[in-house]
Amino acid sequence: MEAFWIILTGSLIAISCSLLGAYLILRKMAMVGDAISHAVLPGIVLAYLFSASREALPMLIGAAALGVLTTVLIELFYQKAKLQVDASIGITFTWLFAIGIILISVFANQVDLDQDCVLYGEIAYVPLDLWITDSGFNLGPRAVWISAALLVFVLLFIQRFYKALFITTFNEDFAKALGINVAFYHYALMGSVSLSTVVSFESVGAILVVAFLVVPPAAAYLLTNDLKKMLLLSAVFAFLSAFGGYYLAAFINGSIAGAMASVAGIIFLLAWGVVYLNKQQNQLKRKYKSASVVH
Amino acid sequence: MLKETLDFLSFTDPNVRYVVIGSVILGASSALVGSFAFLRKRALVGDAIAHSVLPGVAAAFMISGVKDPLILIVGALISGWLSIVMIDGIVRTTKLKSDAAIGIVLSVFFGVGILLLTHIQQSGNGAQSGLDSFLFGKAASLTPDDIWVFSSIGSFLVVIIFLFFKAFKIVSFNPDYAQTIGLPVKFIEFLLSTITVLAVAVGIQAVGVVLMAALLITPASGARFWTNKLGKMLFIATTFGVISAFVGSYVSYIAPNMPTGPWVVMILSLLTVASIWFAPKKGMLARLKTRRENQNKILTENILKLFYHLGEKKEDFEVGRSQEILLENRDFTEVELKKGLLKLKKKNLLRNKKNLWYITQSGLSEAKRIIRLHRLWEMYLNQRLKLEPDHVHNDAEAIEHIITADIEKQLEKELAYPEKDPHQSKIPYNDN
Repeated sequence: MEAFWIILTGSLIAISCSLLGAYLILRKMAMVGDAISHAVLPGIVLAYLFSASREALPMLIGAAALGVLTTVLIELFYQKAKLQVDASIGITFTWLFAIGIILISVFANQVDLDQDCVLYGEIAYVPLDLWITDSGFNLGPRAVWISAALLVFVLLFIQRFYKALFITTFNEDFAKALGINVAFYHYALMGSVSLSTVVSFESVGAILVVAFLVVPPAAAYLLTNDLKKMLLLSAVFAFLSAFGGYYLAAFINGSIAGAMASVAGIIFLLAWGVVYLNKQQNQLKRKYKSASVVH
Repeated sequence: MLKETLDFLSFTDPNVRYVVIGSVILGASSALVGSFAFLRKRALVGDAIAHSVLPGVAAAFMISGVKDPLILIVGALISGWLSIVMIDGIVRTTKLKSDAAIGIVLSVFFGVGILLLTHIQQSGNGAQSGLDSFLFGKAASLTPDDIWVFSSIGSFLVVIIFLFFKAFKIVSFNPDYAQTIGLPVKFIEFLLSTITVLAVAVGIQAVGVVLMAALLITPASGARFWTNKLGKMLFIATTFGVISAFVGSYVSYIAPNMPTGPWVVMILSLLTVASIWFAPKKGMLARLKTRRENQNKILTENILKLFYHLGEKKEDFEVGRSQEILLENRDFTEVELKKGLLKLKKKNLLRNKKNLWYITQSGLSEAKRIIRLHRLWEMYLNQRLKLEPDHVHNDAEAIEHIITADIEKQLEKELAYPEKDPHQSKIPYNDN
């Protein structure tokens, strides 16, 4: 049963992140996702302080606010101060992350967060935190419900805005010409990324969220040019990473989140290999063809 | 507080000495190396390397079974190196862009690192404690051994940068040019990557995985706002690194539960944000000021031009004009016109009697200058670029505010002091 809950939580989180991550990859904003996943830390700490608990709502608000702040800061550095984009991203997230760690140290006795958890989460403890109703009915681990809610949210978000996201992702100028509010979809996407980050935070930590955001959709992107297929493949790869990761971790007795990221990496390597070999083969075929034409 | 400050500054406590010396060496060498990564627009690759050294460190420990800093650094070097090769490989052979490649390599390497590290912790090998300083840094507990390793690697980095300064400079700014003049670009890029990996492998022990990127990127970003010269930029970036390392260790000495690494990054970020705002010329305030000055210049010059145009019609420049008349004849907002009129009055180019405004002698000659530039330029476009007379006005409207006295003279000579512009209006020279 324990394995089931962990794999279920991992898959739900991984699928939510990969679906949003597909858009980040296509918009060439993978590192913005990375930045957001680090920068929500101060938001989480402040939410802890103000609500004095692990209440979901203040956390989500704090994280979403920080996520949007991150994008605004990056754009400010990039567009107003004319700093190059990679440096703008780097400065923003390290600064916010440092502030988060400082806040944790200052309020160490009020904030129940430690650095390990921040970096690689505690998905192994998911089955321990059960949601039991007042009448004593056991609904299963709390994290499962939260990550299921996240997935529903992400699916609704993509379904509701599919067309607009599609156009703004592939041709921003055309979208503008059609009168679509490009900035709205940009911030909506960033806000959703922040939400998924904070939901995933406790389970897999700041850095492995990035593995789910980036790696499965990148592997899917290598294999297809069709957005719908890419989303579907990302979800499949995300599930496989979570599933395989659990057993890999059990096998070598290590961090589950780390193992999930490792499996995602293996899937990416396989996809890369397939694409690479295909390319070689096509080149060979072409060479053979042109050679036979000459003779 | 004062006593602690004096204690800290006197360096009598050996612990303070180690922490300060160690952090300063790390801050300085990362800033130096990071400047080149910044200029090559590979700032985030530094972040990827910082995450990617982890599996190397863990593997080195698993293979050797001891926590020798040198062996661990060799492991870090190898996996840091591998990460660069992977990023370049992904970008070169797939349709993924560098941001995705960096994200993939960073998170997967880190995941593998965490997996190995937790495996080591579970295995109960007593020697492993302290390996997680690669994760979070341990600036507050540096030992003399660490200082030895840090300072030898730090001085090695400085020597390399000193020896290859020119080559690094050319490759950073213009790799194509470097190739043409026969520099071994591949080798130099290899060297640059190696020193980055080295700087990361030691720096990460002070501030940890996540914040390492800041030691590389942030000082260079701030320094870039102060100068366009590479030498100066390296100097300023290094100074930022040193100052923040010093202040960071001071803060964590005064308040012992404060982490050193995050405070170093905090100070660095503040220095850089201050640079972004206040640096002369390139800073935001300086740029805002220049822009406002330009806007004012254009506004006042346009008002003077309007006085000239109105006077030109009746060949009488002495007539007073009310604000209403001025607004009728050119598209100003009322606020902007009032602002411009007051500025011109201050410069004694206009004067007013009650509601009427008059142009002064010096105002008139300034107005003539601008009109002259406008019409000369129209003439130039018409005669030399063969543009039709009805196509030249808008261009002249913009450039009249920019042309310098030198260019004016050249234009006059080039066009042989024409009397009229393409629209047959008289070009006013100073002597008439």
